[in-house]
Amino acid sequence: MTGSRSQVASSGRLACLAAALLLVLPSLAHAATGPFELALSGLSEPSPEAVTRAAEVIAKTEDARALGLLEALLDGDVVASEAGRVYLRDKAGALHDAATGAPSGGEACHEPPVDNGVRRVLGALIVQLQLRDPDSRVRLAAVESLAKTGNADDASALRAAATRERDHSVQRAITVALAELDLASDDPGRRIVAINAIEAAGSTSLRSKLQAMVSQSDDGSHAEADPGVRAAAERALRTLDRKQFLIDRAADILYGLSTGSILLLTALGLAITFGQMGVINMAHGEMLMLGAYATYVTQLFFRAHASQHTSLYIFVAIPVALLTTMAVGAILERTVIRFLYGRPLETLLATWGLSLLLIQTVRSIFGAQNVAVENPSWLSGGTELFEGVVLPYNRIAVVGFTVIVVSFVAYVLRGTSLGLQARAVMQNRPMAACMGIPTSRIDTWTFALGSGVGGLGGVALSQLGNVGPELGQSYIVDSFLVVVFGGVGKLVGTVFAAFSLGIMNKLLEPIAGAVLGKIVVLLTVVLVIQKRPQGLFASRVRGMEAG
Amino acid sequence: MRSWVVVLVACGQMASLGCDKEEAKPTEGAMAAASAAASSSAKAESKPPEESNTGPIKVGILHSLSGTMAISETSLKDVALMTIEEINAKGGVLGRKLEPVVVDPASNWPLFAEKARELLQKDKVSVVFGCWTSVSRKSVLPVFEELNGLLFYPVQYEGEESSYDVFYTGAAPNQQAIPAVEYLMSEKGGGAKRFVLLGTDYVYPRTTNKILRYFLHSKGVVDADIQEEYTPFGHSDYQTIVANVKKFASGKRTAVISTINGDSNVPFYKELGNQGLKAQDVPVVAFSVGEEELRGIDTKPLVGHLAAWNYFMSIDTPENKEFIAEWRSYVKAHNLTDGDKRVTNDPMEATYIGIHMWAQAVLQAGTTDVNAVRQAAGYQVFRSPSGFDISLDAKNHHLHKPVFIGEVQANGQFKVVWKTEGPIRAQAWSPFIPESAKKVADWTYPWVCGNCTEPKYASPVSVASAAKH
Repeated sequence: MTGSRSQVASSGRLACLAAALLLVLPSLAHAATGPFELALSGLSEPSPEAVTRAAEVIAKTEDARALGLLEALLDGDVVASEAGRVYLRDKAGALHDAATGAPSGGEACHEPPVDNGVRRVLGALIVQLQLRDPDSRVRLAAVESLAKTGNADDASALRAAATRERDHSVQRAITVALAELDLASDDPGRRIVAINAIEAAGSTSLRSKLQAMVSQSDDGSHAEADPGVRAAAERALRTLDRKQFLIDRAADILYGLSTGSILLLTALGLAITFGQMGVINMAHGEMLMLGAYATYVTQLFFRAHASQHTSLYIFVAIPVALLTTMAVGAILERTVIRFLYGRPLETLLATWGLSLLLIQTVRSIFGAQNVAVENPSWLSGGTELFEGVVLPYNRIAVVGFTVIVVSFVAYVLRGTSLGLQARAVMQNRPMAACMGIPTSRIDTWTFALGSGVGGLGGVALSQLGNVGPELGQSYIVDSFLVVVFGGVGKLVGTVFAAFSLGIMNKLLEPIAGAVLGKIVVLLTVVLVIQKRPQGLFASRVRGMEAG
Repeated sequence: MRSWVVVLVACGQMASLGCDKEEAKPTEGAMAAASAAASSSAKAESKPPEESNTGPIKVGILHSLSGTMAISETSLKDVALMTIEEINAKGGVLGRKLEPVVVDPASNWPLFAEKARELLQKDKVSVVFGCWTSVSRKSVLPVFEELNGLLFYPVQYEGEESSYDVFYTGAAPNQQAIPAVEYLMSEKGGGAKRFVLLGTDYVYPRTTNKILRYFLHSKGVVDADIQEEYTPFGHSDYQTIVANVKKFASGKRTAVISTINGDSNVPFYKELGNQGLKAQDVPVVAFSVGEEELRGIDTKPLVGHLAAWNYFMSIDTPENKEFIAEWRSYVKAHNLTDGDKRVTNDPMEATYIGIHMWAQAVLQAGTTDVNAVRQAAGYQVFRSPSGFDISLDAKNHHLHKPVFIGEVQANGQFKVVWKTEGPIRAQAWSPFIPESAKKVADWTYPWVCGNCTEPKYASPVSVASAAKH
């Protein structure tokens, strides 16, 4: 393409220009002292190429301030003024001079033009600086990230680091990283040593390199000429494959637990309204949606009135969502659903109508567009459990939240008089009425509880995906599936069904792909329901339809 | 449960439309029956009737204003009305005002066909601007071909189509997907050697990825370095897929090419961010994420990822400033929802260009007669908001468009990191797919065909050269 070629040419020209500017600029800079201060002004240049050059020069100074500055630049927390002054933005948003730490004079600033090209260079520079960091943990992380990218240019930096490294664990990490680079060495002995080091360390990320070594091309020649090295590589590969297999299955099960906990949260409210009360509640998805919008509104409120505690909004959102959806559920029960008990077809149509009504109401108030619910900062990111398997914090939080909500529901149904009365009404309505239980009030409370639990599910969903008027539509089918599969009327069945569907889905997904995996899961459910029409956990209750 | 009903209805509609085609023109009754809405006024006409030359010119707008696609399509309706208002303020076309006829096909594909028929037969519009998804376009196509209508389609699509009755003002794959992949392979784009083709499971991602796979093969990328995955509509659980991308990316420089449809994008980018895949390590280039889609979401996890379009709101040209100002004042004057939060995007620009080109063609033809306007539409040139003189190709009915690649910024706008020097010509049939490479889209003499391997009319030149051999 002529376009891209001329792009390269012009960027080359720009780089030269920037280099020339960089030579001139420091002499213009005011009262500059050390090389760090001299290099700083380059960051105020308008082109990404000039900023890259400046960052490289800053890294070369090996100044103690360089690492912090480059990290801030990568995070977008650096601004520069026209005069070549560079400021760091701290967490509170205040600006400090990058060289002296003095607060900013309030002059007009712009953000340096950082694109992916600059970010790549910054990433490499930061790692090299981190290798010299006094903190051994920082050095270890740097070595590991170098090993992951596996760039031959980093070999010299690693070898230099190996000679001055005193910490044991960091040394070991460097050995593995260097072993990876040694795989390309000309000396077969060195290659075997490298392979053994990789096998001993069990670094599964290097499997693809070993695989390339043992592979055979079409004409029968081996990529690796030396048979001894090949044998070593094959042995190491077997060890690593076993480890990778175990890691993969463990990861699938963890992901399955996380998927299952979302299924459970969305289905739990339905397990009460449909499972316990027998109301075919097509508006359940809209309770999820209302819960998510309650979270959104809470977040807006915090932004407007308590911006310093924004990251805590989620704790307030939980009761807000619960109470809002409970109230909506109670109103729906009182005005519509109570007149339809025992008439499943009419209930189905009426609740579907209600669901459309709720969707349109929300659309009229908040607009058809999705709204932005931000993860609180402490829910962003994740923790690496084992090599290559990262569990995001928001997913861990959802699993924990599910445990709490399930315990809460189990407690309400098993441990409170409301739960006792609710179960009595569901099992035998006329008898419960004879015992003096106000059945219609209990119905309202039970429906409100089911709706409220749906609202709690909505809070969790708002942290994972979109929040829009049609949010509930994508979950309603899955929710019914879980409740029916687990056995209508059995809470423990719902829990079991949610997790088994979640894990099954995740074990199938790597083999069959997301689309086919879902079909296989649905087929399995159909087969199970054929064999056991009551679901996995059959309910031994008589007279469910009574009343 | 509901989707089954929709599928059944869709099947029924398809069957009835299919009948129309097979039984051809004589049975007008069957056709009219197929479209209940238009049956009252449906007469045995095969082309729009001659209009009086004095009244307003009716212009159809066929965009979903309710249902799932309303989020995207409502803006296109708004910008179409704005453009019509602009043309009317300058006195209209041929001294006649334009009168928009807005209908709502409600994100329901068979209803698109019904509404198109209603616009052409009952309202007797001179032209229709509309459709977003490829499946809605495929749904109305037989109607426009049967009734000799004129459709301007403003959205980037998968190509492999050229209709006599449609002008495509969005990008074909070689005006969006292919340049984006070339950029990812270039030094500046990160020099990707491995590619993950990730999409929602429907016709546009499948066809685009098919073209991209052939293209990557032609660039020497082997199948082992291409991973292709699809997710259902509305998919929100990207744990396994992101973990796979991560594993796949550990060997070589990897880039993700995403044709994931609207709503699934947020969970996908969130999962990417949370699992620690950064834009500088594994860039994701998206073909369906624009300013309008970024408006409703938390952009933090997306910063640095890429999108390829023919227009960005952030493009700094006088024409674009004027376009945005006009849009802002229109939104304000008509008190549209979300007010000053409304943005401009690529399909809106394509709609704007399309309407202007049609108006120019009507001026040139001196009439709104569809056949005359179609002939005049080719080679129309219009200075677009992106700052280029865009021309409409008379042969394949597509626009020549410039390509921009932008990085997502925290404010929901894009920063252009790469662009073509000028507009490039669309390839309706991808030269990378062997069976498509032979096909030619050329509506000028002697070809007069959208998907032929040889001209409809033997040209004197080719007859002469054939005689020589």
